[in-house]
Amino acid sequence: MIVKQLSVFLENTPGRLYAVTSALNDNGMDVKALMLADTADFGVLRLIVDDPEKTLKVLQEKGFTVKITEVIAVEIQHTFKEVQKILEILSRKSVNIEYMYAFMGENPGKTLIIFRVDNLKAAAEYLKEEGIMV
Amino acid sequence: MYWNEKYECMPRDELKELQLSRLKNTLERAFYNVPHYRRLLQNAGFEPGDLKSLEDLKYLPFTYKKDLRENYPYGMFAVPLSEVVRIHSSSGTTGKPTVVGYTRSDINVWTELMARSLVTSGIQKNDVIQNAYGYGLFTGGLGFHYGAEKIGATIIPISGGNTKRQVMIMKDYGTTVLTCTPSYALHISEVIEEMGLKPEDLNLRIGVFGAEPWSENMRREIEGRLKITALDIYGLSEIIGPGVAIECPYKNGLHVQEDHFLVEVIDPKTGDVLPPGEKGELVFTSLTKEALPIIRYRTGDISRLIAEPCACGRTSVKIGRIEGRTDDMLIIRGVNVFPSQIEHVLLQFGETEPHYQLVVDRVDHLDVLEVHVEVSEKMFFDDVRSLEILSKKIQNEIETTLGISVKVKLVEPKTIERSEGKAKRIIDKRKI
Repeated sequence: MIVKQLSVFLENTPGRLYAVTSALNDNGMDVKALMLADTADFGVLRLIVDDPEKTLKVLQEKGFTVKITEVIAVEIQHTFKEVQKILEILSRKSVNIEYMYAFMGENPGKTLIIFRVDNLKAAAEYLKEEGIMV
Repeated sequence: MYWNEKYECMPRDELKELQLSRLKNTLERAFYNVPHYRRLLQNAGFEPGDLKSLEDLKYLPFTYKKDLRENYPYGMFAVPLSEVVRIHSSSGTTGKPTVVGYTRSDINVWTELMARSLVTSGIQKNDVIQNAYGYGLFTGGLGFHYGAEKIGATIIPISGGNTKRQVMIMKDYGTTVLTCTPSYALHISEVIEEMGLKPEDLNLRIGVFGAEPWSENMRREIEGRLKITALDIYGLSEIIGPGVAIECPYKNGLHVQEDHFLVEVIDPKTGDVLPPGEKGELVFTSLTKEALPIIRYRTGDISRLIAEPCACGRTSVKIGRIEGRTDDMLIIRGVNVFPSQIEHVLLQFGETEPHYQLVVDRVDHLDVLEVHVEVSEKMFFDDVRSLEILSKKIQNEIETTLGISVKVKLVEPKTIERSEGKAKRIIDKRKI
């Protein structure tokens, strides 16, 4: 399925991530998945939350630079074989993966993988065609 | 030692007479050949014939950098382009540089002034001068070059950069004089150490440093590290280039070449002329320039006049070290930088009101400019690569505009300190 992901611009200095999580916690928000990409000077925090629009508002009010981007979420058994299957399809269809991250799913033994790809809609279609639960 | 004793040591009365007749000529040249000056003088109710004494100078209107920019490129020239033998220009705000032109006679005057300057600082015919000022549109390189050839010294036109090669040449070619910006001189001294050399391994004896403000502390450091006499030189392209004023080995101010320029120090707020000793903005009027006569040019440089006679025998008035600027101009590695230039670049990246800050520091004796840019939603991308590309693009654009290397750092919104709603644009951490 295609889900909305929040991206937050952060400076690469102590306390910045804490500022984001504090803002979310103070507003009673929960995080389903979190990933931090970093460079020497800055980082981009990616969040999957229950209510992306509301979270966006909260973070914007706190002065953060935030953007909503769409990503593909796939739930699979947590084995490499399953991961391989998806990557094989995307590779065969020449879909370029910008980045991906995985976290434990809500169902036991399941893993949720988040993909950011260059052609989101087409990629989701390809996966569906091949019988992947998207 | 003088290059031209007649003019350098001219009795003050005689000098003033010469200045007055030359000022009259300059006013006439400007009035009849430069529409900008004719308009300006007429608005001030002034005709060239009205000037009766040097004291009348204070009634003349000022010339600002913006006048040169508004008349870009050749509008301020008092001669047809066919009479101009060379163009120099400085980097300007919002992409428009200020253009200056020289007739054959202007080049000869400039060369004469640089010859005097070099001799004043103790340089002789048998010296080997390593000229590490930039060659090109910047006046530093060629100004020193022609002056050095005029006095018959040996010049190495190495220009700036590639410090290891500078040191190698310094050692192998037996350089006795180094000319560059003072911060670059310090950097060279560091590299000399890094390369395992000592000042004793070199023949250096004199350094003539300028194009950026420096202090007595810096002089002591350069002199101690390189075991040389370090002297200050002043100039700006709008007036002629380096050689407007030069320090003599008595190290008590810079002699203004008064037979070619009138110098005043004014209160930058009121425009009133200040007496010697009082700090204010330096204002110059050219006395012999043909291509670009300039009347009461506001340099933006803060200094003071020193009227006491100098032990070196020169009769000219002196100016103290440059102590600062009246505007927000920064001098970074000898290059003039205005925050508005950077703002202009950022505007191209879709920002209507970019928030940025310039952080200048001196690392290993080299000026480093860091540009902090607040990332707005318009500039923000979800992937790191796009952000890095953006940062690189901004960096390239700024470097193209300024002509010096910079580091761009993307920062979070509202992190740049604001005072009374206006962001603090400049943080200068350099100790000079």
